[in-house]
Amino acid sequence: GGALRALCGAGRGLAAGPETHFGFQTVTEAERREKIYQVFESVAKKYDVMNDSMTLGIHRVWKDILMHKMNPSPGTILLDVAGGTGDIAFRFINYVRSARERQLQRKLKNHQNLSWQEISESYQEDKFKLLGDSQVVVCDINKEMLKVGKQKAQHLGYSEGLSWVLGNAEELPFDDDKFDVYTIAFGIRNVTRIDLALEEAYRVLKPGGRFLCLEFSHVSNPLLSRLYDLYSFQVIPVLGEVIAGDWKSYQYLVESIRRFPPQEELKAMIEDAGFLKVDYQNLNSGIVAIHSGFKL
Amino acid sequence: GRAGLSRAEPPARDGRSGTEEEEEEEEGCYQLYPGHIPTSPLQKALLAAGSAFMALYDPYRHDMVAVLGETTGCLALPNLRDKMKHHPEGYRILQERPHIRFSTLNMSKLRGLPDGSLGREYVRFLEDNKVSPDTRMPPKFVDDEELAYVIQRYREVHDLMHTLLGMPTNMLGEVVVKWFEAVQTGLPMCVLGAVFGPIRLSARKLQVLATELVPWAIRSGRNASCILNVYYEQRWEQPVESLREEIGIFPPP
Repeated sequence: GGALRALCGAGRGLAAGPETHFGFQTVTEAERREKIYQVFESVAKKYDVMNDSMTLGIHRVWKDILMHKMNPSPGTILLDVAGGTGDIAFRFINYVRSARERQLQRKLKNHQNLSWQEISESYQEDKFKLLGDSQVVVCDINKEMLKVGKQKAQHLGYSEGLSWVLGNAEELPFDDDKFDVYTIAFGIRNVTRIDLALEEAYRVLKPGGRFLCLEFSHVSNPLLSRLYDLYSFQVIPVLGEVIAGDWKSYQYLVESIRRFPPQEELKAMIEDAGFLKVDYQNLNSGIVAIHSGFKL
Repeated sequence: GRAGLSRAEPPARDGRSGTEEEEEEEEGCYQLYPGHIPTSPLQKALLAAGSAFMALYDPYRHDMVAVLGETTGCLALPNLRDKMKHHPEGYRILQERPHIRFSTLNMSKLRGLPDGSLGREYVRFLEDNKVSPDTRMPPKFVDDEELAYVIQRYREVHDLMHTLLGMPTNMLGEVVVKWFEAVQTGLPMCVLGAVFGPIRLSARKLQVLATELVPWAIRSGRNASCILNVYYEQRWEQPVESLREEIGIFPPP
């Protein structure tokens, strides 16, 4: 579908570039990238407040579920793309920190027959590795979102094992085979060439690495779908205007959700990029879905 | 109406460009003026409630006061427009659609006018209070192009109200002007501002407000002819006092 449209667009006006969508509007790819950049530049400061208001805080649960599904062990290297304000990164750090603590406690228990000297020595080694070599790289294309993320990190006290990189999901500034896990939470919808982003995800993951995508998806239940549409189109832009003074960005948001491929289609796209054992899990009847795949 | 509700159905995603072009035209039809965002009745109700709450919660959200005015003005605005239509000067304003902006004002010429003239006092007011006519929000949620102009004119003329009433831009002064405007325009936003504005004032100021300023503002508001029927841009040389008398605003206490 997309390729055909791109061909038609190329035929009609080569100068304008291939056509795509911005919400319900038709624009060129370049225009779309620019508009989306502006949307996130505009919403960055109120991003978290808006997420809480729009989803009544439920987005936190979705992100927690993603982290539990990932179940990272200490030593995992995570790349969080479109990670902007850091929600996934901070959860990752919390998760490996407590996993690490449990690990250390178990070690200590097993060492109960050692001398005090030996115990304190082994404790010294581990002391500086609170995260146990785990690392998370937050990559985002938007400077404003990264700025908000860094401020949050400072405010909440996250520094170890965390780095921030300005980059484009369609062309990641990283070498091949570098990461254990790649996540993209509520970001892939805003990527203009999803196929390129998926290829890049495949490239930068280590063999055995896991791809995880958390994104708004399609609700098949007709009654729920109508209520969801009503809420999305009637309430969310109003919330955007009242809370963030920005109707249009939130109108774009609800339109972009409707435009995004449904569960099976996204699964096929992920498989096309080379991932295996691709599967998805619906949350809240499909309002949100977690897609998972492995580079094997 | 259809505006908000029709958006629940996106055009087909599989490259049927015909549908997409139609859909684009649809959007163009609904936009009645630049900056217009068509809204359904439900959205307007939610906006009215939300903006009222936010305007009280965070007084620096002037945009919320503006939105409140637009979403609740459905009775008052046509009323104002009719008053303008039936008055020779107001009718001319509706035809010519003047705007009060830095780009349209000749600041140095106004500054050069004699003291006590409307132009001179208006510029003095802008400079003393460090305000600019360009900070007025353009309307977004008014679903009629002419009424959108009426509300914009009301906003642009607000600073002139300050000048004519001799009120500064502090909280007290703003409340007094709101009382005057509430009586003059009947806009629910003005009424709410007039009633809830004083909440943040001290007891002493409240007393002055209640005993002297508000009664005067109400009397003047009732006595005066419609303030939107005055072509201020053609009266810069007129002395403020003479204009006050002509409109029917009593001298400030």
